[in-house]
Formats: sequence, structure tokens, C-alpha cells
Amino acid sequence: MTTGNCGCAGGQNTCGGNKGKDNFVLSDAERHDIEHAMEHYEDPRAASIDALKTVQASRGWVSDGAIDAIAAVLGIPASDVDGVATFYNRIYRKPVGRHVISVCDSIGCFLTGYEDVKSELQKQLGIEYGRTTADGRFTLLPICCLGNCDKGPALMIDDDTHGPVAPADVAKLLEQYK
Amino acid sequence: MSHHVLYSGKTGETHPLTFRIRDDRQPVWLAEYEAQDGYAALRKALKEMDPAAVQATVKDSNLRGRGGAGFPTGVKWSLIPMGPDAGKKYLVCNADEMEPGTFKDRLLMENLPHQLVEAMILSAYAIQAYRGYIFLRGEYVVAAERLNKAIAEAKAAGYIGKNVLGTGWDFELYVHTGAGRYICGEETALINSLEGRRANPRAKPPFPQIAGAWGKPTIVNNVESLSNVPHIILRGAEWFKGLSQGKSPDGGTKLYGISGRTRRTGVWELPIGTSAREIFEEHGGGMQDGLSLKCWLPGGASTDFLLPEHLDLAMDFDTIMKAGSRMGTGLIMAVDNRQNMVSVVRNLEEFFARESCGWCTPCRDGLPWTVKVLRAIEKGEGKPGDIEFLQKMTRDLWIGKTFCAHAPGAMEPLQSAIKFFRDEFQQGIPSQIPATAVN
Repeated sequence: MTTGNCGCAGGQNTCGGNKGKDNFVLSDAERHDIEHAMEHYEDPRAASIDALKTVQASRGWVSDGAIDAIAAVLGIPASDVDGVATFYNRIYRKPVGRHVISVCDSIGCFLTGYEDVKSELQKQLGIEYGRTTADGRFTLLPICCLGNCDKGPALMIDDDTHGPVAPADVAKLLEQYK
Repeated sequence: MSHHVLYSGKTGETHPLTFRIRDDRQPVWLAEYEAQDGYAALRKALKEMDPAAVQATVKDSNLRGRGGAGFPTGVKWSLIPMGPDAGKKYLVCNADEMEPGTFKDRLLMENLPHQLVEAMILSAYAIQAYRGYIFLRGEYVVAAERLNKAIAEAKAAGYIGKNVLGTGWDFELYVHTGAGRYICGEETALINSLEGRRANPRAKPPFPQIAGAWGKPTIVNNVESLSNVPHIILRGAEWFKGLSQGKSPDGGTKLYGISGRTRRTGVWELPIGTSAREIFEEHGGGMQDGLSLKCWLPGGASTDFLLPEHLDLAMDFDTIMKAGSRMGTGLIMAVDNRQNMVSVVRNLEEFFARESCGWCTPCRDGLPWTVKVLRAIEKGEGKPGDIEFLQKMTRDLWIGKTFCAHAPGAMEPLQSAIKFFRDEFQQGIPSQIPATAVN
């Protein structure tokens, strides 16, 4: 745990309203959601993933300050929260675009030709995996099997699953996400 | 294109898992579910049966785990401590459907959320759990919404909460959504993830039945396994056994499916032990025009390849095991004749390498190494000895050498691809191209 701008003793972000690293403060709604999730479990730590998802849902990604703030609410070390955040591929520790495209690259979609779809996406967006377009609109990532193999090649944009997607469908599909 | 074939004349008697699914694919909510015998099994069990009797019926039915391992559900349950001193216990549903090629649990949860909710309550009663969690992969957004709504409806109806149906037994049920990583499907890694930790597997023993979530006795069952439980309670163990129509010593139906370049793809509820040929030809319609079947994975990325000559085998746990593979999840992936097996296996091993949790060295380092060698062979830059090296990997990353079943699962398609298609690997090693392959 590092000391936030609040400068409170021991570096614990327990002073509520003051800002932490990267000026991060949990909103009341975020704090409420995290505390609600904590009620579902024996131990507050179990709400780590829920908390990270809550912050990510409202801010797009999880900053260092968010890690500290979540740790303070859960009462566990920030290193533990970050250990969890960096383990799970659906938690983003760097800023992402307004829309995240997750392309299934597992065997079902391999057999139905996802590589052509991926190439078309990379061509139209002008980015490789792991990158965000210059206008901040899209981030492109690979993902493992989406459980949509009967409609492969499949991909997700934000929370929407699409499939089967052909290279010719890509332009129209992207148009739906401004 | 997907065509979920709906059966004419489907009934709870013949197609227990899917008969309530609507043609329009709208989810079945409480009133409609109850009108079709929904929660009748729960009412029956809580009124007429003690937990031991529910456990005994499920054991007698010989229901085997539908998550892929085929372990008898009733036997798993029988290992959990019972009685007044057993303390807090948990029931966890493994809904982290992430085995490549598998899309059966999604069907059940999106269409019939109450079936899983009823199954969870009833199974929790059988083991006297005080809380249940549905560990759902984060990408299943629609399933999460529908399960949460179903839980709210069930709670309002008195099926969940304090003093369920007047029995004096309290039960709460929650949906826990994940944030990625295939390894969460491993039972003990799933428990770590549920506790808000990195999803590394735990040492066994102790088994979760003794020390699972938060150190308390815990049962982890797959969605399809649990979904069978209300039907077994309602209609009995003998009825369940008869569902396989003599095609298998196992009982029940099974959600089978097929993907790849077949004419039709989808998932169908059929008697367990249905032949792979029936699934492939009758339901899948065979390969698309101009293609033929080269080989197939019976039930996920972590099962061994089988050949067209194996299609007449019964798709059950023991038969497919005897043929050198595993039925796994029972959703077939058909590999067409245009695919190069080195490329197919390279794709599979890239998946396993990326999804290794990194906890044990053979898996963390062995899988990327395997990928590196496969990529070289794929590019025609393999070196003499590479095939033997890959075969050594299939032994060094085998059961007993690694912490969990992840790496051994990764080795199954690799070992069988080399066994059946060694020529294609040799093609990628310039000095080892067999004479027969050179003009």
C-alpha cells in the first residue's frame, strides 16, 4: 500500500473523501456495489473480482488508485488485489478503447476460419492485438473459446457476442459501435 | 450456420433437460416453469424425502459428472460430512464453460434458468449446504442476467431464503461471475477464484468435499450434471437409467453437439451412448460440400483425436476411454480434410500455453516450449528429433508430473495427432520427409 495524497498514517486510504493515487476516489455507487457484493461471501476478499469489475464497468479500466481504493474497502493488501487484477484477462490494468473487441481464437473458430476475420479487423482498425485505435474507439484482444462454437467464427464486442462473422461483415459490425 | 433442431413430441419423460425450451428461445420464467412441473421435484423432496434419501436416489441413478470427468455425482456427494456437527457447507455449480468446443451449459442457463436454480436448491438440500454459488464465466452476460432474475423469482416464491418451504432449512443462492481464465474450470482453482484469489489449483487431498470453499466441505458440480437432479427425483433412478435405451451402461440423456465445418452445428439432447456417427451424420448432416471428415475431438480441446473409423463408437465415458480418448463434454469438433494437423495442434497448444496459470514449472514452461517447436514444424523449419521431443513432452507433462490436469489435457490432442498423422509432422522437418511423400 502506498501513501495517497491524503497522507494519512500508514498509507491506508481510509480517510474517505481524500484522493488517492492518480486522484482516484470511488463513487458512492461503486462503493455501494462493492459493499453489496461483500455480503454474498464469508470473507470480504471474495468480492475482489466483483469490485474490480464494478470499477471497470464505470471507468473502462482499473488504475493503480482503484487498486488501492478497492483494497481499503475490502481490508486486504493492495498487492493481493493487484495479484488478482493481473491474473484475470478480463480485467484491464491499462486504459482501453470505448469498445473492446475480443476475438475467439480457440479451435472451434480456428476450424471455421477466424484468422481471416482477425486479419480483416486488423486491416480496418490498423492495429495489432493488445492495441487501441488512435481515436480511442476500439481495443483488439484475443480471447479463448466463447462457447459459441456452433456459430463460429465468434467474437465479442463489449458484452455482445456475434457469430458467425465473415470478413465481409466486419465493416458493418464495427459501425454499430461508435 | 446453426440450426438447433427441436424435437417434435419432446416430453419430460424422454428429453428431461430440454423439453421446456421454447421454440422462440425466450427464457422460461417461474409461472411457465411451474406449469410444466417446475419445482415439483423440490416440493416432493422437501416434503417426502430426507437428505440421505435424495443422495441415495442420485447415487442409484448412476448419474455421471457431465463436466467431462464422468465421476458419479452421487458418490461425490456421499463423501461430504453429514449430521449436526458437519457445520457450514457449500454447493458450487461449475458454470465456467470454457472448454473449447463446448456450448451446452450456455443453452441450459439462457433458456431454462429456473431448472438450474431448482437443481441447486434440491442438491444443496441433499448435502445440507447453507449457501450455493453458481460460478459463471464472465462472458455469459445473458445467462448471468437470467439466472439472477430466476433467483429473485425463486426467492419471492419461498424456494430460497429462510425456512425453505417450511422445512426449517435455510439456503441462499448467488451468481458469482468470473473475469476470464480457463483454469477456473478446474475444481480447486475455481474455489480459489470464488474466494477472490488467483485461480491456481490446490493440492489434493484434502478434497473439496472435506475442505473446499473457505476451508469448509464443498461440492462442485457441472451445470448439466445438476440439471438432471430434479428429473431424477421426480421420476426415479430406474427411469433415469432407462433413458440410455440400452445404448450405454450409463444412465440418462446427454447434451451432445457438433461444431466445425459440418452442414449443421448445434446441441441436441440424446440418449447417452448415442453413436458419434448419429451425432455427426444425422444431426450434424455430415461435412459441408467438398469436405470430408479427417478426424474429430469427442468432447473438447483436452481430448484425444479419433478417426472416422471410430464414428460407430457409443459416446459414453467408458467406450471413448477404451478407444484411447475421453468423451469429455460430449461436444464433437469435426476436423475437415483441408486442415493441416500441425496447424490444428499448434492452435490447441497456443490455447493451453496461454491459459496455464503458471503455478507449476512443467506446465508453465513446457507448454510454451511445445508451441515453439510446433510453430517451427508448421513453418517447415523443424529439426530432426522434434517429433521425439514432442513425444517426450507428452510423457513429461503427464498426470502425476504436473499440479493439475491442465497440461495432461493439453497433451491428449498432441499425442494422438502424432499417433495418427505423424507424416504431417515429418513434412515440417526437412530432413525427415518420408520417401513416400517425395515425388
